[in-house]
Amino acid sequence: MNSLKIISALFKKDLLLEIRQQYSFYGVLLYVASTIFVLFLAMGQPEDAVWNGLFWMIQLFVCVNAVAKSFLQESKGKMLYFYSIAGPRDFILSKLLFNALLMLVMSLLSLALFTILMGNPLRNPLQFVGLATLGGISLSLVFTFLAAIAAKAQQQAALMAILGFPIIIPQLLLLMKISGIAFSSVIQAGLLQMCLLLVGLDFMVIVLSVILFPFLWKD
Amino acid sequence: MIRQSWWKILSVLLLLYTFSAGLLIKVPLIGNLYGTIRNLFFHVPMWFGMMVLFIVSVVYAVKYLINPSVTNDIYSTAFAKTGMLYGILGLITGAIWANYTWGEPWSNDPKQLGSAIALLIYAAYFILRNSIPDMDKRARIGAVYNIFACAMLFPTLWIIPRMVESLHPGGQGVEGNPAMAGKDLDPNMRMVFWPAVLGWTLLGIWMTTLKIRFELYREKKLAHA
Repeated sequence: MNSLKIISALFKKDLLLEIRQQYSFYGVLLYVASTIFVLFLAMGQPEDAVWNGLFWMIQLFVCVNAVAKSFLQESKGKMLYFYSIAGPRDFILSKLLFNALLMLVMSLLSLALFTILMGNPLRNPLQFVGLATLGGISLSLVFTFLAAIAAKAQQQAALMAILGFPIIIPQLLLLMKISGIAFSSVIQAGLLQMCLLLVGLDFMVIVLSVILFPFLWKD
Repeated sequence: MIRQSWWKILSVLLLLYTFSAGLLIKVPLIGNLYGTIRNLFFHVPMWFGMMVLFIVSVVYAVKYLINPSVTNDIYSTAFAKTGMLYGILGLITGAIWANYTWGEPWSNDPKQLGSAIALLIYAAYFILRNSIPDMDKRARIGAVYNIFACAMLFPTLWIIPRMVESLHPGGQGVEGNPAMAGKDLDPNMRMVFWPAVLGWTLLGIWMTTLKIRFELYREKKLAHA
């Protein structure tokens, strides 16, 4: 009960910081907008498969940028303060929750921008929206934990890409494969299985972060 | 265990058996495999060896987190290094095999992708370790990443190849188990295959123990310097 309170307090703190400073949200938003605009200038309105691939690649880079600073912004003194008032599990859970929310918003916004600028090849838009949210959350969970690891080493952003990209490839491949359904009216075999696998992986990432974060936390 | 010699002798004997029997026994002619099927005794054991070595590495990473000692860290890294070597050898033997049977060394087969991902992940593991100067911190964070990466990697290595089309056995719509070649493995070949797996894996462990002993010696020398 108590830890729920702490998690919600930490979550609220992140949210309030975000609303007051409005730096990272608009920063990432501008990043999304300018990347997609550059893509639009470079590619125009590409074919379905290219559209799909580009969308997920953009999601990947947006996620790295949105999540990377979640541990960077906490200075050493602040971390010590959190250490004294909250457990590591509450701390990582609040971060996971906040980043999932941030990435959810970013995924939907970038999907909207994508359809406006790069054309709309989607036949089943609703399914794709669902997938984009699921994918965004999956990416954010993995990268939140990796940001926690990378924050402990120097060269944050570069290291995060090195650590994260190989790990995320299987999930990204799955997402691209599943999202194929949104482009055609043919139903793919083994779809439910793949969705369940994705959800299972997400669940595993949460469990692993909760188990492993306490070791990263103490210095 | 690390200094005992019986399993080292066993490894050498098994590998001698693998090389002689593996090249001499009568093999069934299947499809376009012809004689290349003998590569089964060299290519597949590499992957078995890699998985065993990586899993042992993770076990030592867990042990390190429970009981932080330099020895556990040295064990964990050394096993990951040899696992990486086996992965690279598996990729090379696979590429040579694929060149003759599938027509090209790399065809984006899900298993090829999976193995490439595995190698990238462990390369990242070594980069991460090298980027942290402090020894305790390096060992701790390395262990955390090792466990996390391994837990993410193995389900995808075992599940995804079964779900998509693959040129390897065991893919969607293809008979057999992805790793063991299933019940369609010729009994003659089975008599060589499993000893080969055991022999190659033991050889990997042997190489690792040499590395471990060297590292431990260096550590001891540093401590007394």
